[in-house]
Amino acid sequence: MESLDLEQMSVRDINQYLHNTLPETNVTELEIVNPTGEHNIAVGINTECSLDVRGHAGYYLGGMNKKANITVHGNAGNGVAENMMSGSVHVKGFASAAAGASGHGGTLVIDGDTGLRCGISMKGIDIVVGGSIGNFSGFMAQAGRMVICGDAGEGLADSLYEAVFYVKGTIKSLGADAQLESMTDADHKAVQELLDFAGFEHDPKEFKRVASAKQLYNWNADADQEY
Amino acid sequence: MCGIVGLLVKNELLRPQIGQLMLPMLIGMTERGPDSAGLAIFGSSAKDNQRKISLYTLDPGFLWKKLSDDFLHHLGSDVHLQQVANHAVMTTELDINLVTIWLKEHYPTVHVLSIGQLMEVYKDIGTPAQVAERYGFENMSGSHLIGHTRMATESAVTPAGAHPFTAGEDWGLVHNGSFSNPNSIRRMLAHKGINCVTENDTEAACRFLEWRMREGDDLETALHAGFEELDGFFTLLMGTKDQLALVRDPFACKPAVVAEHDDYVAIASEYRSLAHLPDVKNATIYEPKPEELYIWKV
Repeated sequence: MESLDLEQMSVRDINQYLHNTLPETNVTELEIVNPTGEHNIAVGINTECSLDVRGHAGYYLGGMNKKANITVHGNAGNGVAENMMSGSVHVKGFASAAAGASGHGGTLVIDGDTGLRCGISMKGIDIVVGGSIGNFSGFMAQAGRMVICGDAGEGLADSLYEAVFYVKGTIKSLGADAQLESMTDADHKAVQELLDFAGFEHDPKEFKRVASAKQLYNWNADADQEY
Repeated sequence: MCGIVGLLVKNELLRPQIGQLMLPMLIGMTERGPDSAGLAIFGSSAKDNQRKISLYTLDPGFLWKKLSDDFLHHLGSDVHLQQVANHAVMTTELDINLVTIWLKEHYPTVHVLSIGQLMEVYKDIGTPAQVAERYGFENMSGSHLIGHTRMATESAVTPAGAHPFTAGEDWGLVHNGSFSNPNSIRRMLAHKGINCVTENDTEAACRFLEWRMREGDDLETALHAGFEELDGFFTLLMGTKDQLALVRDPFACKPAVVAEHDDYVAIASEYRSLAHLPDVKNATIYEPKPEELYIWKV
């Protein structure tokens, strides 16, 4: 396994290695040691590989990731896997605010809790959270799925489009135009699939489905315009 | 931006090293706040009948000896002055109001940064490393402290505009974020005879909270009053004689991470400022929830 040490190399050096050199090698397994909360670790990878980050990461870890499977053996700061395209990011600890923001694809797994605005404006990413998620998560979520094994905070999935949320615990409040819907067989299957991927053991039957009531899709001129 | 740090050392054997433990925390927040830095440290206690007054002047050639001579001459009392660069900590037995009025009258260029039995404040413009070097942060000892690195967004980069801010005695506050109604808070306080000395939004909030507590609120009640009155976003870290307290606004706009260890509690805007603390691997690390008050006692 190739080992990159953030006490010996800068984040820029490591990222340039991952972008420019890695695709020309046969290396498929790497680790980054001593991350000490640095920002922008392993952003913009565009190569299939398995990368272990051994410690806590700062902001934007694995941002814009394509193809790589990244595991953080610690916590992650704001915007982990933001705008991910494919591959996966697995955070073994907790993640701060805006985890998986605007992600287009791939799967983000967080074993612990996440902060506020998880999956804001998600566009196709799947997010599985082992713990609870903070307020205003899934705001304007356009596509993708989020499985929350703990509780959801205030304003879950406000103004969402086609994304779907599955919550096992309590929901403090739903955002505008988000509604509870009954689970279908397809939903149970989807939740099971995502739980299996994350390695979490829960009964999909215990999850609730939240999706868009689609009342905000079109302008309603007859509604009381009380803002 | 701006960065905040706080450290409360539970293990008494480590208290002489609090400055050394804190230094990488403060320097770690340089990117968040490169223009000024400051520290409020709760160190050795003055006697019960004494108070420490932290002072600073912009005059590099200021004669502190003359100030202490004049103090004795005018007020008939010996005063102890511990000078570091353009700051000095005055220890006196005289009535605080008398001393501050005397200072204002005879030494209008000398500004009062803090008053307390334990607390001393040092703050200035410059990078955190420069400010720490200037005032010898590394060699400070004490039980707890709050620190700040500033990236000014709403008022001038001046030593007075740096954090921490203080009000009353042994009460200091650092702030990451900004308030949008400091003018109305300042006007409201002015009617009660409480005057701000800078244009800084944090000072208004600091004086508001201290006023609430002087009126009988405990910290929690004062902060709830703050949620009602203070409009803006914030992570506030506060130090009193025997505790550190932290609160985040309802939207948790500004970050905070806590590391609780058997030997210490450390707080910072980001984990990278905690990464170099001894044995941090075995600390419990978490993010404080919005609108919840966290208090750690010495």
